[in-house]
Amino acid sequence: MAARFQLEIVTPEGRVYQREVDMVVLPAADGELGIYPQHAPLMTLLGSGEIIARRGAEEDRILVTEGTAEVRADRVSVLTVFATNEAEVDEARAEEARRRAEERLKEKLSPEETALVQASLAHSLAQIKVKRRRKS
Amino acid sequence: MPSTRNIRRRIRSVRNTAQITRAMQMVAASKMRRAQEAAVNGRAYAEQSIILLAHAARSLEDFEHPLLEVRPTRRRAVIMITTDRGLCGGLNANLMREATRFDTDTTLFLAAGRKGAQFLARTKRRLVAEFTYSDRPTFAEALAMARTARQMFLEGEVDRVEVLYPRFVNTLTQKPEVRPLLPMKAMWEEALTGKAAEAARTEEGVHYLFEPDAKAVMAHLLQRLLIFQVLQYLQETKASEHSARMVAMKNATENAEQLIKDLTLTYNKIRQASITSEILDIAVAQMAIT
Repeated sequence: MAARFQLEIVTPEGRVYQREVDMVVLPAADGELGIYPQHAPLMTLLGSGEIIARRGAEEDRILVTEGTAEVRADRVSVLTVFATNEAEVDEARAEEARRRAEERLKEKLSPEETALVQASLAHSLAQIKVKRRRKS
Repeated sequence: MPSTRNIRRRIRSVRNTAQITRAMQMVAASKMRRAQEAAVNGRAYAEQSIILLAHAARSLEDFEHPLLEVRPTRRRAVIMITTDRGLCGGLNANLMREATRFDTDTTLFLAAGRKGAQFLARTKRRLVAEFTYSDRPTFAEALAMARTARQMFLEGEVDRVEVLYPRFVNTLTQKPEVRPLLPMKAMWEEALTGKAAEAARTEEGVHYLFEPDAKAVMAHLLQRLLIFQVLQYLQETKASEHSARMVAMKNATENAEQLIKDLTLTYNKIRQASITSEILDIAVAQMAIT
């Protein structure tokens, strides 16, 4: 039995994460899901939150907002529009993204666009929150 | 024989042209790098989405969704993505040749990019909508196209939507391609032929759990994929455009340089010939005197 599995995170900007991990916590739409190797095949919607990937003593935390995850016995693939590794969060950039999103929301937008801009806003807010929490 | 002054003038004019093409080459080269990166990086998302959908659809025997409905094709819409500007080699011409293969009576065209729109208007094809997109295609631009296409499909105005765009292969090669967009089932059925089909067959019998439910997951995937697939096509086009322009301008610069070389050679020959004949004249004159 494989003790580890592949975790990959794909966004429209490319494959942002690809690693062997021991377990992963996914922020599913209705609560967190802990995935260990040999999990039953599952497809789930993701909400806003952190993907926590454990590799031995290390762990990676990746912020995601909306998306889907496909869970298989030997791999987990996450498809999302917004994913940011917490180690790479840049508060100034997040602040800038938030400001842009808020401005866009004032314009007249189609429902789909509004949904995406709102997701983008939520994503930047999550980044800012993580940064603040780390500082304090 | 042309005079030396004429040749000098021509050399100067060719040199000016070379300067312009070289500048355009530089601009295209710097834009090309970014555009190529975006196009190549964006592929994973669409590919992964299609695989995911194919897996899900296999697991759900009788799943139905308006965007998946396959109907006999009476009328189709083609989204033709071209560039706004020329000077990019045969890129647009190749796309136009591809566009002429569609039956004029049963095909509605949507044009993205000015060159395509001009071509469709000129050849009196049925152009129903025109879109613009920027140098860095945005989500909003892709959304506008996807929304129009979806509306036409859902209202039964057309039974199939295809995209005609130049696929970016590498800097030297761009291939015009026609890919199905709607019904979205066609998207993965086509993608799953060949090698991917082999892998998919071994997947049979895998049944997924869905969280919160199959409908929500599929709806989310379909909606996102439709838009990002269009965005991906726009990015491919941009990568192709800048690559083609870079190569075209590089060739133009090299041609101009060759021309300058040839002209300089002719110029020197004429100059030497006139010097020789002048010396000859002087020598003859001198002989006549003595």
